[in-house]
Amino acid sequence: MSAVLELHGVSAFYGPVQALREVSLHVNEGEIVTLIGANGAGKSTLMMTIFGQPRARTGEIVYHGENITAVPTFEIARKGIAQSPEGRRIFPRMSVEENLLMGAQVVNYADYAKNLDMVSELFPRLRERFTQRGGTLSGGEQQMLAIARALMSKPRLLLLDEPSLGLAPLVIKQIFGVLRQLNRETGLTVLLVEQNANQALRLAHRGYVLVNGAITLEGTGSELLALPEVRSAYLEGGH
Amino acid sequence: MSRLADMLKDAGVVAFFALLVFAPFIGVQLGSNLRGALTLAPTPMTLAVAVAVVFCARLAVLTLAQHRAAVTLPRMPVRVQDYLAPAMLVLGVVLPFLPFLPNAYIDTATLILIYVMLGWGLNIVVGLAGLLDLGYVAFYAVGAYSFALLATNFDLSFWECLPIAGILAACWGIFLGFPVLRLRGDYLAIVTLAFGEIIRLVITNWVSLTGGPNGILGIPHPTLFGLKFTMSADPGTFAGFFHIDPTPRQHLTFLYYIILALALITNWVTLRLRKQPLGRAWEALREDEIACRSLGINVRNTKLTAFAIGAMFGGFAGSFFATREGFISPDSFVFMESATVLSIVVLGGAGSQLGVVLAAIVMAGVPALMQSLQIYRMLIFGLALVAIMVFKPRGFIAQRRPSVTLGATKRIGAEFISQGRG
Repeated sequence: MSAVLELHGVSAFYGPVQALREVSLHVNEGEIVTLIGANGAGKSTLMMTIFGQPRARTGEIVYHGENITAVPTFEIARKGIAQSPEGRRIFPRMSVEENLLMGAQVVNYADYAKNLDMVSELFPRLRERFTQRGGTLSGGEQQMLAIARALMSKPRLLLLDEPSLGLAPLVIKQIFGVLRQLNRETGLTVLLVEQNANQALRLAHRGYVLVNGAITLEGTGSELLALPEVRSAYLEGGH
Repeated sequence: MSRLADMLKDAGVVAFFALLVFAPFIGVQLGSNLRGALTLAPTPMTLAVAVAVVFCARLAVLTLAQHRAAVTLPRMPVRVQDYLAPAMLVLGVVLPFLPFLPNAYIDTATLILIYVMLGWGLNIVVGLAGLLDLGYVAFYAVGAYSFALLATNFDLSFWECLPIAGILAACWGIFLGFPVLRLRGDYLAIVTLAFGEIIRLVITNWVSLTGGPNGILGIPHPTLFGLKFTMSADPGTFAGFFHIDPTPRQHLTFLYYIILALALITNWVTLRLRKQPLGRAWEALREDEIACRSLGINVRNTKLTAFAIGAMFGGFAGSFFATREGFISPDSFVFMESATVLSIVVLGGAGSQLGVVLAAIVMAGVPALMQSLQIYRMLIFGLALVAIMVFKPRGFIAQRRPSVTLGATKRIGAEFISQGRG
């Protein structure tokens, strides 16, 4: 198995505050890898650091064998990594269709029609709402739109930041179902950041636990689910 | 009854602030005594009337607010907009040929069109890209002075200078855009405001180049394929070539059509760009810069192109202003101009092309037509702004139409109902 994404000893700072402490992890081709941790553990920072905001101060980030630690954010996005960022960040005043077009127009405009069909099939709800403004969608639909927009570039690696945040269990199940389907059918590689450890670990092939900016545990999804410290910290005492 | 008491209390507080604000302006009258020294005479009655008016107005607003539904202005239906835009275009084209229209109105219409063009140009920066620019007048000035200097020093004609002035303004747009790339919102507004002032101060003080406060005289008027518009019927003039009697109307009409054409080009380019990747990137940038970056958009270049293209149209408008007036000085490029153009964009409904036209007619046309009310101009201006913000806080025309539509929306099929509503 070849690694799509590797992080070697990555540290990142917000001003004087260290948010990531020598994080090393890897994501292999065709894998779903999840990163779980409590609020403020640095999960979203890790996601953003892969995209160069904030930049890793030490260590290196390697994507398909290429060091992308110092590459500008927009160029990283053009290399086939797509992100559904924290807080969804859809374009609220633009229509659903325009949102999807924005996901494709820079990185992969040639296959726009094909990819539009693909995401319409994955999320039929969006197809119905093509002309509606993004901001008027429900929370679940906005999350679907954020993922669909990321998929519009037909990425080789998809970064997802808390897709389950604030959504009804039924919708979470549906979104995770789509991720599983995409992974099985197209071999899409996914790095998933989640607080909802139970769902995430069931979905993922492998997982990492992030505490205070450092990786403390790693293993397959089922291994981590079975560990008493994971159960007590992330599953039983709330999450 | 407590509601009435609340309203009275509210109106009382507002009246108190009105008293504080009005006292130095209306409460005293500046005069001079027999020896020529300045005197201040209190005018308590005038002050009392002004405060009473504010008190009553506040009560009226509060009463109206209780019947909110009755006072909300109706939204302009999209159908009306569909007809209004072509109707205004037709009116704009035939206007100079309406025989009963006095020359002064053609001149006013030309002035309004300058503001329409500036509004459309600034709309690219503010309405589409969402970059609050308070110094747009800088590019207007660059355009005007580029043309004036090239024309008076190198004897170039308006048509030769126009593209050069546009390019120079665009270069300044990029040049001024670089330092503010990382700024947003209020900070961006302040820095762009400063740029507007810097340009004006440089023009005022660089006397050897720009003539300083004296401005530049003798800027040539535009010609129609080399034909001049003068009051003689010599060959080489418009009237002489076509063997008609020269009238001032011919020149005014010619100027009117130049700015109409320039404004329509601005509009056409904007509407085209909106449907292009660049225009969509601007709009996305206005919505969410971080999302744009993660979608592979080069935010720096996208912002700079918005500044450059907006500035270029400002430069064209400036060149036209210079050639129309025949004389320019730094007084024409004060902050008030930036504020007026920005008000036109905001009042019109940021991003709406038709809204800009309506707002320009109100903001530029009404003061020009009401010369007798000139001293109340700023008062009316302020009242209009307050009224708009109360009744139509998002501008005359607040709707936005998508730049793409993939045919009709599909009806919701039964197979989707199982998906549940998130």
